[in-house]
Amino acid sequence: MSGMSDLLRDLEHKVRDLEQTARKTGQNLETALAPLREEVAKLRRAEDDRQTGRQAPEKAGGERWERVGLARHPERPTALDYVERLTEDFTQLHGDRLYGDDPALLGGPAVWQGIPVMLLLQQKGRDTKTKIKRRFGMSNPEGYRKAMRLMDLADKFGLPVVALIDTPGAYPGIEAEERGQGWAIAESIQRMSRLKVPAVCAVLSEGGSGGALAIGVGNRVLIMENAWYSVISPEACASIIWKDAAQAPAAAEALKLTAPDLLELGIVEEVIPEPAGGAHLDKDAAAQALGEAVSRHLRELSSLRAEELLAGRAERFRAMGVFEER
Amino acid sequence: MALEHFFRRSRPKQQAGNDLPDLWTKCPACKETIYNKDLDANSWVCPKCGHHLRLDAQQRMDVLLDPGSFEQLSGRVFPSDPLDFVDTETYPERLERAQAKTGRPEAILTGRGQIEGVPVMVAAMDFAFSGGSMGSVVGEEIARAAEAAAAADLPLVLVAASGGARMQESALSLMQMAKTTVALEGLHAKGLPYISVLSDPTTGGVTASFATIADVIIAEPGALIGFAGPRVIQQTIRQSLPEGFQRSEFLLEHGMLDDVVDRREQRAYLARLLRLLKPSARQQGGEQ
Ligand SMILES: [Zn+2]
Repeated sequence: MSGMSDLLRDLEHKVRDLEQTARKTGQNLETALAPLREEVAKLRRAEDDRQTGRQAPEKAGGERWERVGLARHPERPTALDYVERLTEDFTQLHGDRLYGDDPALLGGPAVWQGIPVMLLLQQKGRDTKTKIKRRFGMSNPEGYRKAMRLMDLADKFGLPVVALIDTPGAYPGIEAEERGQGWAIAESIQRMSRLKVPAVCAVLSEGGSGGALAIGVGNRVLIMENAWYSVISPEACASIIWKDAAQAPAAAEALKLTAPDLLELGIVEEVIPEPAGGAHLDKDAAAQALGEAVSRHLRELSSLRAEELLAGRAERFRAMGVFEER
Repeated sequence: MALEHFFRRSRPKQQAGNDLPDLWTKCPACKETIYNKDLDANSWVCPKCGHHLRLDAQQRMDVLLDPGSFEQLSGRVFPSDPLDFVDTETYPERLERAQAKTGRPEAILTGRGQIEGVPVMVAAMDFAFSGGSMGSVVGEEIARAAEAAAAADLPLVLVAASGGARMQESALSLMQMAKTTVALEGLHAKGLPYISVLSDPTTGGVTASFATIADVIIAEPGALIGFAGPRVIQQTIRQSLPEGFQRSEFLLEHGMLDDVVDRREQRAYLARLLRLLKPSARQQGGEQ
């Protein structure tokens, strides 16, 4: 149960850091600070509730909520931490050729453990400065439009796509809406479903909603053991259903958003094991496990023709859903 | 099928939250009290102020299609509770309430019909059912409608009205965004038109999937359309939102829509567009 209070302490540090940076540099960091402050307040309320026993104990911080805590651990390896360990010659290609260059979604050709690929990755930032710059991994439409442009290149050069997913969600902002956030995600989903090359996706830490699925339409979808992938974050779900974001631990349980849950639901093909205690405790070992799994799936898919890859991907997603036929 | 007919016997109530007798409706925009018969004759557009009142799925079919032309396709697929989702109540309890309220098994109605004599496949989401949220069944019905349209060489007209993907089916709901997208491919492959009509409100995972990858996207006047909800955006940026933000007219101005079309003009607009976008003789390898 210490996951939550650890997270709270880390977040409080982060907020103080940011406030200091803002004071020193005179930069306006409110956009980055606001969600963090809110998070801190929520967690503090949840922690208080837990200590005073106001919640049912099994809802206060079950196994799923602990995993969410691990997925958000401040030392958790980011996509670039994996890329540095697993690829050579990563050549980042910038920009969507329409408006700008999104700092939260990166990509370009690289050699993945000896296999030439087109990399797409969501990058959260590794310190306060880069976290702000990268909007904590939340993309504007430019990110998804850059991803589509790189998928075009992948098709042209026959490079399999490796997509490393790590985002709390697409960025909820005025400009994002003005430039068609929904449109960009929808088009990216469609573009990815049309890839003639193999696509292997891996959810590294957070798979938040459409912002994650935009680069999640793979022939294979893998997930790290302590990552989550869901239609909505536990906090947002709690504030809508319970009208109280502090119910996030209960929402995490209800949403069944952990790697083992997703394997059971058939949303992912494989759970990639992490070092005991979480990926942050041994980044090299975590990277080794991710590298091996992705490479194995790439090799399995490499013999398939374009039509087989297209049909396989379409069938994979067409079959998703649980209902009763009467 | 039999069950569906049973469902359909109870016509849904008019606008929710209306404490007036069934004969009258208070316009949510100008607060004028209007005779339902007058509203119905005006496609549920307020005759005083032009506000487009929300429609349930059956009303939508009535407004859009030639009278008597609708043949229902949806209704055999029922929601289940794959996650045993419990919050303040269970998911099956929520579903039962929505089913009783709307007389429909889920938040969607699909079928064949005609628009000024042009045969179409049509799907209408039902906001009255759990905010029109998309779970496995909504995704499945949309996918089946798209596939049926392609199989019958019909265009697809889809009217969106949804708060987004449904939380109670979590990742399964999220996957419906990709499922509906791949199911639309058959229409593209055969050169058949797919037209999306966005109504109030269309947000979240619906805006970020099938609703915005149509050949032509139109919206009703004044509809709220966006990915993130205005409240979430306000909480994140802590600024007030610009006037008209995320409304149809705002999105038209930003190049996201083909047009904003008054509900009373939609039938004529769609019929004209469908005649213009008729699959060409060249593609069909013969005369239409
Ligand atoms: Zn009015």
